[in-house]
Amino acid sequence: MGNRTIVPFGPQHPVLPEPIHLDLVLEDETVVEAIPRIGYVHRGLEKLVEKRDFQQYTFVAERICGICSFMHGMGYCMSVESIMGAEIPERAKFLRTIWAEFSRLHSHLMWLGLLADAFGFESLFMQSWKLREQVLDVFEETTGGRVIFSVCDIGGVRKDINKETLHKILEVLDRMEKELKEIAAVFINDSTVKLRTRGVGKLSKQAAFDLGALGPMARASGIEMDMRTQGYAAYGKLDFKPIIDEEGDCYARTRVRIGEMFQAMDLIRQCIRLMPEGDIKVKVTGSPKGEYFTRLEQPRGEVLYYVKANGTKFLDRVRVRTPTFANVPALLETLKNCSLADVPILILTIDPCISCTER
Amino acid sequence: MAGETLKEISASDLLTETLKLKNEGYRLVAISSTYKEEMELTYSFDLNYELVNLRLHIDTEAELDSISIIYPYSFLYENEIKELFGIKINGITPDYNNSLYKIPVKAPFGVQE
Amino acid sequence: MDGIKKSPWILHYDGTSCNGCDIEVLACLTPLYDVERFGMINTGNPKHADVFLITGSVNEQNIPVVKQLYEQMPDPKVVIAVGICATSGGIFAECYNVAGGVDKVIPVDVYVPGCAARPESIIDGVVKGLEILGEKKKKAGKKQ
Repeated sequence: MGNRTIVPFGPQHPVLPEPIHLDLVLEDETVVEAIPRIGYVHRGLEKLVEKRDFQQYTFVAERICGICSFMHGMGYCMSVESIMGAEIPERAKFLRTIWAEFSRLHSHLMWLGLLADAFGFESLFMQSWKLREQVLDVFEETTGGRVIFSVCDIGGVRKDINKETLHKILEVLDRMEKELKEIAAVFINDSTVKLRTRGVGKLSKQAAFDLGALGPMARASGIEMDMRTQGYAAYGKLDFKPIIDEEGDCYARTRVRIGEMFQAMDLIRQCIRLMPEGDIKVKVTGSPKGEYFTRLEQPRGEVLYYVKANGTKFLDRVRVRTPTFANVPALLETLKNCSLADVPILILTIDPCISCTER
Repeated sequence: MAGETLKEISASDLLTETLKLKNEGYRLVAISSTYKEEMELTYSFDLNYELVNLRLHIDTEAELDSISIIYPYSFLYENEIKELFGIKINGITPDYNNSLYKIPVKAPFGVQE
Repeated sequence: MDGIKKSPWILHYDGTSCNGCDIEVLACLTPLYDVERFGMINTGNPKHADVFLITGSVNEQNIPVVKQLYEQMPDPKVVIAVGICATSGGIFAECYNVAGGVDKVIPVDVYVPGCAARPESIIDGVVKGLEILGEKKKKAGKKQ
């Protein structure tokens, strides 16, 4: 038995864009245990419902996280709409789906870049992020923002996308697909990349279930779980199947996410083809009363929104359970018995979003 | 969306009800709580996209058992509720003793003294 | 010696930001905006850094972290608060766990507005910060 040492990891660390602290208990070079300490990003924004009315809170919900900001806004709006019994127009549902899938695309591209950065493949990081800018350009053209869009509203969406822009989006997708194939080939076929990801952080199907893993983390271990199959927004009218892998290691998780990127492109194409003409918003009057649980699939996995309203403008409670929060136990498990050099890759493999986690 | 059920239970039935769901193959989705006049906790479980919610109402001073012996990964939810709502939950493994978030105010969502 | 102005190294720390400004800071480094053409490099080591980019507001738990990072940076140094949260707390100013802008803890030289701050304005802010860095350098030289 070697000497035990504790290596503090974070909160400020080159591979971490966000602060999280881990005390890594090492035996020689092997991690025996990882003890997390969170709370660096905790703001307490769920408490803001007491100061902002339910319409204004849409903007707070969007700022839970800057990566899936659109999906947070959408999840919150869907909950309030369900409580108020508002049926939003078909076109708005399709527009929401388009933006949601673009969010998935940009989030996964960002993750690919960060993963490449974590194993020191700098040019791959740059290429992934360069490709990502094309998605951001689409966002900017259709919503006006690159990160926070404020386009989702209770009762529908605030902006429409016209025919010419939709056509342009299709062209962007064709261009991106070609470039993405090149990058994806490196992640899937390159021997040096495979050396760093294959067999690292293995999580069996049973372990993933026992630890409550979600999203790509669970799907890469063979658990078929994708809230989109439940057909919220326009997903019920689209043709797709969750992407599953069996291996449960970092390589499988990369493959699942790459598969989901091509799937996202396909879903956007389907949306553009099927999108009906019509209104994009219904007028919602009155104040909500009741409670509702909404679940949707974010790039990182299933997210749950719980909204409780009392019939006034101010809600009783908004609670968000984000996917990274549920994936932390799985992360701690995969860190056990890994080598110190693999820690950055393992942390990135759950695609951590700390600001979501701590809110 | 697949169905959603809400079942009111008493605090003493929490562990038996949870164990029943665990044996049926449910996974824990979230533990949420609300404080408005009285403390309300909701344990959400999922099996094949079917959401089952166990709801319990407790006194603000009441003590509650942790379900982390049945669902080990519930520890984060329970630590969070303990710290933010000030609910006394016994036997969480591991228990962070109100220092998960290290916030300057005590139980911001709970009873204000 | 004016070298420091020509090749400043940047340290980035995320306070309680929502991630929006952080990814924009990172986006500055990637091919479309490419601040490396100005000689800037993102470093993870505070002792190598001249410019401290901080996103998000401060809270009880990260105040010591921010202070320590600031103290570890060699003089002269510039602090740039990126985004409205780092400036004043922004939309989260009223939250119980937000102490306010970064200037509550360390002196800030440049404030970059925006929610989220755009890469163009971040680059603008850094360029402004470099002028201040140059002046600080001159002042320090005179004292000696």
